[in-house]
Amino acid sequence: MGRLAAFAHRLGSPRWFFDITGPWLVVLSVIGIALVTVGSVWGLVFAPEDYQQGNSFRIIYVHVPTAHLAEALYLAMGAAGVVLLVWRMKLADMFIAVTAPVGMAITGVALLTGAIWGKPTWGAWWVWDARTTSVLVLFFLYVGLMALRQAIPAREQAGRAVAVLAVVGTVNVPIIKYSVDWWLTLHQPSSFSLTEPPTMPAQMWLPLLVNVVGFYCLVAAVVLAGLRNEILERESGTAWVRDWLARKLRGSVA
Amino acid sequence: MIVLAQAGRDLRIAFRARGEMAHPVAFFALAVTLFGLGLGSDLQTLGAVAVVVVWVIALLACMLAAESLFRRDFEDGTLEQMLLHGRPIFLAVLGKLAAHWCVSGLPLVLFAPVAGFMLQAPTQALPVLVASLAIGTPTLAAIGAVAAALTVGLGRGGLLLALIALPLYVPVLVFGASAGVVAASGLSALPQLLWLLAMLAAALTFVPFAVGFALRLSQEY
Repeated sequence: MGRLAAFAHRLGSPRWFFDITGPWLVVLSVIGIALVTVGSVWGLVFAPEDYQQGNSFRIIYVHVPTAHLAEALYLAMGAAGVVLLVWRMKLADMFIAVTAPVGMAITGVALLTGAIWGKPTWGAWWVWDARTTSVLVLFFLYVGLMALRQAIPAREQAGRAVAVLAVVGTVNVPIIKYSVDWWLTLHQPSSFSLTEPPTMPAQMWLPLLVNVVGFYCLVAAVVLAGLRNEILERESGTAWVRDWLARKLRGSVA
Repeated sequence: MIVLAQAGRDLRIAFRARGEMAHPVAFFALAVTLFGLGLGSDLQTLGAVAVVVVWVIALLACMLAAESLFRRDFEDGTLEQMLLHGRPIFLAVLGKLAAHWCVSGLPLVLFAPVAGFMLQAPTQALPVLVASLAIGTPTLAAIGAVAAALTVGLGRGGLLLALIALPLYVPVLVFGASAGVVAASGLSALPQLLWLLAMLAAALTFVPFAVGFALRLSQEY
């Protein structure tokens, strides 16, 4: 077995995943908090004002990271859905279960900050622009996923049904991404692109980049923490969880 | 072969209960009437929004019709037999979809011009409205089938099905409605219609597999 195959094979064991991710959680949390602190202070205090939007543009330092994450988390759930349906990996189901509420909250923040930004910039809290609408639809996709999971009593079947829906919903995400190009609309084009240099000055986009990376780390830490809790809960009948809890209560593990 | 057999069986069953076939169109006509009553005194506004209203109502009718797609087969055990007989389930799904659209989608398409006239839609938009519905409603039926298959075993479709299906309907509605709006302003709606065709092709390619997966699950709830 190659190294990658061996890693994928071990991922099938929630216990193994739980054991190795303890340190990851600490590292991700520390990096995330540090980057978001640096990026936010830099962006909110030291970055220059926008020549048209003044200080109101500064909400970009929360809006863009959350909007990125709203899509990325859904794509990740779609990928996990494929993994669950093809390889029946329990961890993939747990990942979807944990990520859906986080993604919904993040999408909510993206919509809210978008509305707050829209008021001074476009003169309206809400506009039916392609991309704002698409993010709203993304929010509803998260709602549908969570509603379906709650409606199915059997946990394993619920997991697979939600995975089917997550995979089907993923076809919607490219439409979100490219809707800006399809319908020329009110929303400004993406701030970042892999192929073009940013149109903003570096003092503006560098803190944004720091915040995007920081938000990714923070949300990864939140998902990881949730995933570890989910593993403990689902495996609560097993010997290793009882051992771990006993050691935890004695204070010999972090 | 399986496709035709399945479609033929479903159509025969549908024609034995002709009353039910009228439900989607009756809903469509009723909803159009409600809009007419709500906006009726203002013919200009009505005409301006007519194409979009027709599209939204057709979409809702498709969604409501989707709920019954697998319900009867699930309840009397036919679905279980379909899954057990060992032939590819996606072929049977395609057949069921074809029959379902003939019964629930096609009448909407045929009734759309009448609804358009009732709502004062611009006459030059009507052919495009019918064309966009003819291409768009099969896609809606296919997407609805996924939601119906996921919820059929739960004994309560309704709102849950709506929550699942409506967000997935959005791209179809965007292109379908904009086709009508563009045609109403005298421009060519060909790009929108081609997009709708592309979505139909994609839906017919992928949806039967997702539905097959979901139907297998529905036996285990």
